[in-house]
Amino acid sequence: MAAVHGDAHGHEHDDHHPSGIMRWITTTNHKDIGTMYLWFSFAMFLTGGTLALGIRAELFQPGIQILQPELFNQFTTLHGLIMVFGAIMPAFVGFANWQVPLMIGAPDMAFARMNNWSFWLLIPAATLLVSSFFLPGGAAAGGWTFYPPLSTQGGLGVDFMIFAVHILGASSIMGSINIITTILNMRAPGMTLMKMPMFVWTWLITAYLLVLVMPVLAGTVTMLLTDRHFGTSFFNAAGGGDPVMFQHIFWFFGHPEVYIMILPSFGIVSEVIPTFSRKPLFGYSSMVYATASIAILSCVVWAHHMFTAGMPAVGQLFFMYATMLIAVPTGVKVFNWTATMWRGSMSFETPMLFSIGFIFLFVIGGFSGVICAIVPIDIQVQDTYYVIAHFHYVLVSGSLFALFAGAYYWIPKWTGRMYNETLGKAHFWLSMFFFNLTFFVQHFLGLAGMPRRIPDYNLQFADFNMISSIGAFGFGMTQLLFLYVMINCIRSGEKAPQKPWDGATTLEWTHLPTPAPYHSFEKPPVVQ
Amino acid sequence: MRSKSAVTLAGVSALALYSSMAVGSKYNLPEPQSVIAKDIYDQHIVLLWICLVIFVGVFGVMFYSVLKHRKSLGYKAANFHHSTAVEIIWTVIPCLILVAMAYPATKTVIAMKDTSSPDMTIKATGYQWMWGYDYLQGEGEGISFYSKLSTPRAQVENKAPKGENYLLEVDNRVVVPVGKKVRIILTANDVIHAWWVPSLGIKQDAIPGFIRDTWFTADKPGIYRGQCAELCGKDHGFMPIVVEVMEASEYSKWVAQQGASAIKTSMHVEN
Repeated sequence: MAAVHGDAHGHEHDDHHPSGIMRWITTTNHKDIGTMYLWFSFAMFLTGGTLALGIRAELFQPGIQILQPELFNQFTTLHGLIMVFGAIMPAFVGFANWQVPLMIGAPDMAFARMNNWSFWLLIPAATLLVSSFFLPGGAAAGGWTFYPPLSTQGGLGVDFMIFAVHILGASSIMGSINIITTILNMRAPGMTLMKMPMFVWTWLITAYLLVLVMPVLAGTVTMLLTDRHFGTSFFNAAGGGDPVMFQHIFWFFGHPEVYIMILPSFGIVSEVIPTFSRKPLFGYSSMVYATASIAILSCVVWAHHMFTAGMPAVGQLFFMYATMLIAVPTGVKVFNWTATMWRGSMSFETPMLFSIGFIFLFVIGGFSGVICAIVPIDIQVQDTYYVIAHFHYVLVSGSLFALFAGAYYWIPKWTGRMYNETLGKAHFWLSMFFFNLTFFVQHFLGLAGMPRRIPDYNLQFADFNMISSIGAFGFGMTQLLFLYVMINCIRSGEKAPQKPWDGATTLEWTHLPTPAPYHSFEKPPVVQ
Repeated sequence: MRSKSAVTLAGVSALALYSSMAVGSKYNLPEPQSVIAKDIYDQHIVLLWICLVIFVGVFGVMFYSVLKHRKSLGYKAANFHHSTAVEIIWTVIPCLILVAMAYPATKTVIAMKDTSSPDMTIKATGYQWMWGYDYLQGEGEGISFYSKLSTPRAQVENKAPKGENYLLEVDNRVVVPVGKKVRIILTANDVIHAWWVPSLGIKQDAIPGFIRDTWFTADKPGIYRGQCAELCGKDHGFMPIVVEVMEASEYSKWVAQQGASAIKTSMHVEN
């Protein structure tokens, strides 16, 4: 064996790897693993999207038509869990896998074998979640936040969910340790921390947040599990526990989680905007500090999800002020992007359109966030469609639009082929239209008094619900167009040059051929 | 030049029209019926205007740039990438705006939390899936009843036409006198529920094993409807809250009636 290995030394590694399914099961290559993460998350996105369409179909008209209330609750619960843990988070990890080594000039991720394991853990977790629909009693139905005592009541589906969350948490922790180690140890010579691309910075900070909060989530679901099966009473008042404690622990994870899903999007947008403005990012160091401030503040605002749970006035005021404060670094980011575009020489390819769409709609979500932070107003809008509108503005037109921007931006480097620009633009404009059709009217529904997570509603909410449902189906169909554009690009797109975007400045465009070879940066590039 | 200002004018008037629509009742919080609800309503309107101004400012600049600083127009990119002065300005100004937003909100929070010296106290208990009410103190003390959805099942299953108060009607309403400070004590019997009446500006979770409280003083007689606002299982969407606010004299009559029927019921039990 040693002799065989000896032979390989001194040569460039070539692209030899097992073919067929074994390539994907055994791979330790960051590009293969990144690709798998992205396909997996897209499959989960379609699954979660199908559940969303079930919800919107039921809500198309007042009355119960398609989903009985119990099944409706399972749909809302699994829609949330699948989209958060199955679609958005793995998609960002997929981007990190592909792009972090390419952007810092590293040959691969630091822990290549663990990387394989982080990905393959997702499959049993997703299987547990999706298969729980077919259990007696069905899937978990207590909302994606699974508050006890309601989640203590559920059947086997809740246990499947708990186990799935555990596995997903383990996968996320491994993934983030890998990312932190890669970024801190494997940067090309000359690339100091303050020369890293913004995408790498945002992922470094996100990974720290993940390592901080995922164990907390694991802890709280374990407590829930022992409450359900082993006679403990962490969340049961009759045994001396407190249901509200669950909410505190859950949201200590849950609020940083919100930023885990948005910080990497800030990173993607901060790469795309300068490229297509042909002008350097304005205020790079303030962007880094703003990202770090958002991450730190995100750890001390969790109880703004619980203003109606009842807490002392001092507690409400602290969490209100801290939450409002997040608007400041977030505002700095928006102003910096605007200043980057100002007096640039802009062109509007699909990645740029999605990035501008991101800023435009994310700011709307940010404003409704500030409004929700104000305790008295939150008392009215908490647990209504207003909140649904708010977090879909930050998660769909926020995280998801940034993911689309990133996919269109980097697909030429990944596949060596260009996507169809006309279809890409159509995907953007249709997404933009249908997204707003779906979610803008939900602000009005919430203000007028429609609670979230209800399968049926008073007639006064009928017209906006119908509009929202039409929008949702349009949005869902539009995403099939995205699938088509991507497959079309991979199979028969035009050959892409090394640097299809003339404004791009990061290492993957300047130092690597297109498509990026299977093994890249075996000799690190020297940065300035 | 002229066409540009025409476009700007059209944009601004469209936004103005849109925001004036937003103050119409269908697009906004329900008409407030208590001091707290009024505060919330007013603060929400002020915040909307502040957000709108910032929005128009930021995206005015961005879309001017999008229109003018295009490669297709031959615009050459500048190369500036830093300005400490500008960064400080756009950090400090948002802080000041936030302080202006937080000040009235803080006053309202303190007022909302002041449940001291109520004229009467009612305990509301959440059950899967209905509410129970016990009049603990004040006029009507001792009254106790359950309040369940009264919409017929046929309406939910689309076998009968839906009425105006579909899903927002109950068999027994919570009755309170106008102008009196009513303290609501909340708890639950099984899982967490939330007691929410939008026009009175109160929402409070009802937590099994714990007591929470909140209060309201209704400005006008009338019937105010709300719903459970915390997911509580299968029939979460089917446990509304209806508060009927009466003039003091009417309320006294209602209390007397309740007393009479309560005595009748207990005699009936003895028989």
